[in-house]
Amino acid sequence: MKEIDLAELERDFQAKIDADIKIEPKDWMPDEYRKTLIRQISQHAHSEVVGMLPEGNWITRAPSLRRKAVLLAKVQDEAGHGLYLYSATETLGADREQTIDDLHSGKAKYSSIFNYPTLTWADMGAIGWLVDGAAIMNQVPLCRCSYGPYARAMVRVCKEESFHQRQGFEIMSKLANGTPQQKEMAQDALNRFWWPALMMFGPNDAESKHTAQSMKWKIKRHTNDELRQQFIDISVPQAKLIGLSIPDPDLKFNEKTGHYESGEINWDEFWQVVEGNGPCNKDRVDTRRRAKENGQWVREAANAYAEKRRIRKKAS
Amino acid sequence: MTEKEWPLWEVFIRSKQGLNHKHVGSLRAADEEMAIDNARDVYTRRSEGISIWVVQSTNVFASSPTDADAFFEPANDKVYRHPTFYDVPDGIEHM
Repeated sequence: MKEIDLAELERDFQAKIDADIKIEPKDWMPDEYRKTLIRQISQHAHSEVVGMLPEGNWITRAPSLRRKAVLLAKVQDEAGHGLYLYSATETLGADREQTIDDLHSGKAKYSSIFNYPTLTWADMGAIGWLVDGAAIMNQVPLCRCSYGPYARAMVRVCKEESFHQRQGFEIMSKLANGTPQQKEMAQDALNRFWWPALMMFGPNDAESKHTAQSMKWKIKRHTNDELRQQFIDISVPQAKLIGLSIPDPDLKFNEKTGHYESGEINWDEFWQVVEGNGPCNKDRVDTRRRAKENGQWVREAANAYAEKRRIRKKAS
Repeated sequence: MTEKEWPLWEVFIRSKQGLNHKHVGSLRAADEEMAIDNARDVYTRRSEGISIWVVQSTNVFASSPTDADAFFEPANDKVYRHPTFYDVPDGIEHM
């Protein structure tokens, strides 16, 4: 393509974005926009799929039938969210099989939070309340993302996730108001998940290499630090209400700004987990890889069955 | 051995009797029956539909977005197709 045409296309594209006109799959878009979206949406899809594992760990040991049915429904929703998102990557021309293989080879990332183990039942509460809470905070602005299929998928996801957070908080609230041992279990889960949940918003704005461009393209609407602050301001009073304490000795409310000020995040831990050295990185990816290998006969059987039906239909 | 990838299907859902089917997304499945079963699980977990259509994506033909302006241009200068184009004297009702 001639350079002058390209410059014009890029100008028109940005003008559409600036006018809040959504970009649809067959519209012209800069290669970098496409690549950024494929990277972000596939990471998001992988996070939903890997996110089933820490919770799947407790389905068979849920303390009641009610809790079990709820947890099953939540994990099933996460599978669904993964599927909406993989479909959205396909609208950008990504190969679905390749996208999934990139997760299995370690080339593609997913949210680091899922590399932490779920040691007690209270972790189901902490994950629903904090991890889904942080995810919702990230996802709500994505409903207005400039890319149509991603924005539409996010609308569905956000609608479904509101129960995820509430069921988690319900678990925490029940435990926090239970026996001393139950309360201790809830506090322990909060202690372990608080900081990783704050890390879910990504590096500080100064360190975030994709933020500026993504905001110009309206893929992202708020910076990492803005969303993190919003999350802290909302979550601290919630913890207080059920009598749990946030594991941050530096946390204090600033009357002037109306915001909580918090201690420094351990960014070394964050990068260690991103680089693959978290407590469960290897286990998570191995589990996904095994799931694909063990499911191969099912995919083949479905193909064989479809073929048989086609032949039978033709004959009749 | 190399696996044969399941084809891609576009999913359309009628949310309730009296409304048209609306595109909701896509999914992969080995054939149309399995596509409908999968669509039920992926797109109607909260009673969002009472009827599902699936169409293999390769069978969808679309107008070109780059030619959209020229393609839809014929309608732009025909304002007389809209009722607001016409002057009606004051006091006329039910029109």
